[in-house]
Amino acid sequence: MIPKDLLYTKTHEWIKIEGDTGIIGITHFAQEQLGDITFVELPEVGASLTQGEEMGSIESVKAASELYAPVDGEVLEVNTALEDAPEKINEDPYGEGWLCKVKITGGKENLLDADAYAQLVAEEEH
Amino acid sequence: MELFKTPLNSWHKKNRAKMVEFGGWEMPVQYEGIIKEHLHCRKEASLFDICHMGEFIVTGDKSREELASILTHDFAKLPPNRCKYGFMLNEKGGVIDDLIVYCLEENKFMLVVNAARIETDFNWLKKHLTSSTIEDISFQTAKLDLQGPKSFEVLKDVFAQEFNDLKYFSFKEIVFKDINILVSRTGYTGELGCELYLPWEKAEEVWEELLTHPLVKPGGLGARDTLRLEVGLPLYGQDLDEEHTPVEAGYGFLITSEKNFIGKENLGQVKEKLIPLKVDSKRSPRHNDEVYYNNQKAGIVTSGSFAPSLGHAIALAYVKVEYSEEQEFIITDGKKKLTAQKTTLPFYTQRTARIKLS
Repeated sequence: MIPKDLLYTKTHEWIKIEGDTGIIGITHFAQEQLGDITFVELPEVGASLTQGEEMGSIESVKAASELYAPVDGEVLEVNTALEDAPEKINEDPYGEGWLCKVKITGGKENLLDADAYAQLVAEEEH
Repeated sequence: MELFKTPLNSWHKKNRAKMVEFGGWEMPVQYEGIIKEHLHCRKEASLFDICHMGEFIVTGDKSREELASILTHDFAKLPPNRCKYGFMLNEKGGVIDDLIVYCLEENKFMLVVNAARIETDFNWLKKHLTSSTIEDISFQTAKLDLQGPKSFEVLKDVFAQEFNDLKYFSFKEIVFKDINILVSRTGYTGELGCELYLPWEKAEEVWEELLTHPLVKPGGLGARDTLRLEVGLPLYGQDLDEEHTPVEAGYGFLITSEKNFIGKENLGQVKEKLIPLKVDSKRSPRHNDEVYYNNQKAGIVTSGSFAPSLGHAIALAYVKVEYSEEQEFIITDGKKKLTAQKTTLPFYTQRTARIKLS
């Protein structure tokens, strides 16, 4: 459940990098930990993101947590379908449950690859 | 500290439940997902492992009057085979626990208490009971809750007998496969249902039998919490505590006992009130969020959740009495800001708990 072609953060976001743009979401592990997702607050189009800083928030029936920017960049597009159907994040975290698309300006070198992220998840699951 | 385990602990783990700590116990919070389990209970029948809750037996010639001086329950109206909901208060009138008292015989009672309060309650009762004896049977007694509009159909099919004569807040004892089971028409979901009390070591057998019925699915504590909040039932430790009286929590109407129980003389002091709030978004107020009225701090959220049967968020909050009749509040955790309207309980009105069974 950890796709090889994505990069990851310690805070359980993924990013799919294509040239200087990236698509961002939360991982399967993260959605499973949260449980049924009921609300997501996304950054606005045009907002500038700083790696590791809060870019939005996500809530499930049981918990609320922050979303952190995986890279420096600017928001090009957000997944507006999540407003009415946040459960898409549970159902398809690497596909229809994507959060936003960004123009990347920096920070790519600090991301985890799939193996490093798998190790992190294994530690958290202990 | 090692967590306590119910007799169904390994069943839950085998069946991929997500386990969490609750009141010192390792409990299943969900199996398939809170929303699915919640909706299943509103429509069919759900089975909950509630073995963590505590049970005491109080007996003695004077047990009725002694309990009536410690608990708010009206013992004058508690004949055998009936049960009542009420409170145990400290001298200030604050709630030590909320509990159901079962009248097993004229002078023999079972008290069902919250898991996290077993020790506190037992010591308090022991201290205030003079001639009666009290026994803690929590670790011998399993409790399984079967809740949902189809639950009595399930009972009839599985136990091969009728339960239609069972009135709300009454109980009867049955024998099923040589297992003694107390079947009580009570619950914590707002739906028709029962709470089953049986020997600890028989829990898995009865649990499995009930789950063979096609209408029954297991429900976790997550769904139990959203179900109870939608119908406005309080959770001890959040909506009830030693700092608030049951009158402040909105249960003054329930206290009809003419006895002089501990804490009674302070029930008239109302500083705060527990009020129901409705939020027009799916974003949820959470426990300990602050409640404001016109930029003045009015109180604090005790329970808050997205309500699966309603499609929006709801909350209970203690607000200072001078704000308790206001209609519009702002709820905040410092970051989010939610507009909330005061509403009436229950939030969810299509309850089946009290329906007449033909």
